[in-house]
Amino acid sequence: MATPTLAEVINRSQHHGLIAWITSQQIFWVFLAAVFACLALSMLTDSFATERNLFNVTRNFAFVGIVALGMTAVIASGGIDLSVGSTLVISAMTVSVIMSAGMPFWVGCIAALAVSLLVGAVNGVLIAYARMPPFVVTLGMLSVARSLAMVLSDNKMIYEFGPDHEFLLWLGGGSTLGLPHPLIIMVILACLTAFAFRQLRWGQHLFAIGGNENAAVLTGIPVARIKVSVYMFSALMAGITGVLEVGWLGGVTTNLGQAMELTVIAAAVIGGANLAGGGGTAFGAVVGALLIEVIRNSLILLGISTFWQGTFVGLFIVIAVAFDRFRQRKS
Amino acid sequence: MNVLELKNISKRYGAIQALDNVSLAIAPGEVVGLMGDNGAGKSTLVKVIAGNFAPTSGDILISEQKVEFHKPLDAQKAGIEVVYQDLAICNNLSAASNVFLGREPTRKIGPIKVVDYAFMRSKSAELFARLKSETRPRDLVHKMSGGQRQAVAIARTLLSDAKIVLMDEPTAAISVRQVAEVLNLIRQLSDHGIAVVLISHRMPDVFEVADKVVVLRRGELVADKKASQSSPEEITGLITGAIEHA
Repeated sequence: MATPTLAEVINRSQHHGLIAWITSQQIFWVFLAAVFACLALSMLTDSFATERNLFNVTRNFAFVGIVALGMTAVIASGGIDLSVGSTLVISAMTVSVIMSAGMPFWVGCIAALAVSLLVGAVNGVLIAYARMPPFVVTLGMLSVARSLAMVLSDNKMIYEFGPDHEFLLWLGGGSTLGLPHPLIIMVILACLTAFAFRQLRWGQHLFAIGGNENAAVLTGIPVARIKVSVYMFSALMAGITGVLEVGWLGGVTTNLGQAMELTVIAAAVIGGANLAGGGGTAFGAVVGALLIEVIRNSLILLGISTFWQGTFVGLFIVIAVAFDRFRQRKS
Repeated sequence: MNVLELKNISKRYGAIQALDNVSLAIAPGEVVGLMGDNGAGKSTLVKVIAGNFAPTSGDILISEQKVEFHKPLDAQKAGIEVVYQDLAICNNLSAASNVFLGREPTRKIGPIKVVDYAFMRSKSAELFARLKSETRPRDLVHKMSGGQRQAVAIARTLLSDAKIVLMDEPTAAISVRQVAEVLNLIRQLSDHGIAVVLISHRMPDVFEVADKVVVLRRGELVADKKASQSSPEEITGLITGAIEHA
C-alpha cells in the first residue's frame, strides 16, 4: 500500500490553484500597478487617454521594452550589461551613415545589426573567457561604443537617409492597424524571447548559469559559449532598437540612448529579473517597461518637472530590489 | 566480478606523496565508507577515480577492463558519477530540470528542438519513486529539504546508468532526520546494484550503511575491512595512527 501513496505525493502539484499562483507572482502586482496608474491618469488629466498621447506612450515603451528583453536575459544569467545605450547609438549611427551614403535600407540594417552583434561578442568573450567582471567590461564598452559612434559620424547629426529614407521613417514612426510598428516588433520579439527562455535548452542553461554557475560547469553545460550568446542577444536587441529609433526620430545624434541603461535595468528588475541571477521573464521585461513609461508620461502630464524622472527611475530599482530581498527573507 | 578495482595507485605532487600504492576493489552494489583525517588523501583518491586527474602510477579497472581517464567526462561515460558536497544544484530550477541539467531531452517541432518537459517530469517522477523519496518533479529546489535535494542529486546519477556513485560528505551539513533520508537513498542505490563510495567524517553514518570501511592515513591505505568485523573505536584508532594497521 505504501507505493501508491508515494506515487501520489510525487505526482501532486505544488500549486494550490490558479489564483494563488497568479497572486504569488511579482509581475502580477506590477501589471496591476501599471493598469491602476493608467486609470488614475485618465481620470486626473484630459490629455492621457488621447489617441496622440497613447500612441506616444506605446511607442516609447516599446523601445525600452525591446532592450529590456535582452537585459533580462543578461541579468537572468547572473550578469549585467551597461553598454546597451551605447550599442543602440552605434547601431543607429551605422545604419544612418550607410543609408545617407546612398545604400539601400537592408544593407544599412544588416551592417547595424552585425556591428551590434560584434559589440556583444566582445563583451561576452571578455566576460566568459577572460573572466572579467561584467560590470567592468560593459562599463568600458559603454564608453568605447559611444565614442566610436562619434568617430563614425564625425559627431554630426544625420537626417538624410538616401533612397530608402521614407521606408526607414515608416518602419520606425509609422503604424499598421493603428499600432505603432515598434510596438508590433516588441510583441513579436517578446514572444520569441519567452519561447527561447522556456522551451529551448539555451533558456534552461541560461537560467541554470544564473542560479548556480558552478553546478552548470559540473553538469557539462557549455557555460562560456552560452554567456557569449547572452551578451550578443542583449546587443542585438539594442541594435534593433537603434534602427527603429532612427526611423522614429527621423534623425540621429550621438547622444541617442544616453543613460538608457538605467531605465532598461529598472524595467527588467521591476519586471522580476533577479540581479543575483536566475530569475526573470520576457513578459516581466515588457510590463516593467510599461510601468516606467506610464509613470514617466504621467510626470509630464501632471506638470511635474522632468528633472524628477531620474529620481523615480533610481528609486524604482532600489524599491524593486528591496521588495525582492524582503520576499526572500520571508521564505 | 569487481565493478571498480584500483591497483597500486600513487599520486605525487612534487615532493608530496598524496597517495602511496593504494589498492582497492569494489563489488557491484557494495557501499564503501572512505574515511581518513583531513589531508589523508580521500579527496585525491576520489578525484583520481572521477577523472579529475590521472594517477602518477597504477591502474584503474572498470568491470575488469583497464581504463584511462583524461577528463571527468571519460569517467562519467565509464559509469562513474559524483555527487558533490554542494550537490551542484540550481535552486531557481525545478527538481526535474535539475535532474536533467546539462542533458535535457528535446523533441522536434518542425526544425526547432524544444525541451521535452513532459518526459523530464515523468522520468524524474519514476526515479524519485525508485529512490522512495517524496520529491515532486515540478517543485522548485529552493523550497526543498536537504534530503530531497540529495534525492535530486542522486536521481541524476540513476539517469545515466551509473555503476559507481562517489559521494563527498553528503551528511555533513544537514539535520538528523535528513541524514536518515540520505542514508536511505544510499541503500536504494545499493539495492539497484550501484556501488557507493561514501566519504564521510561521521562515524555513525558510515557504520549505518557501509558494507566495508576503508581508511587512508597520509596517503596510505591502512584498513580495508568489513564494517561488521570492525568498530568505530578501531577505525578512530586507525585514522589517528594509534593503531598502525588492520
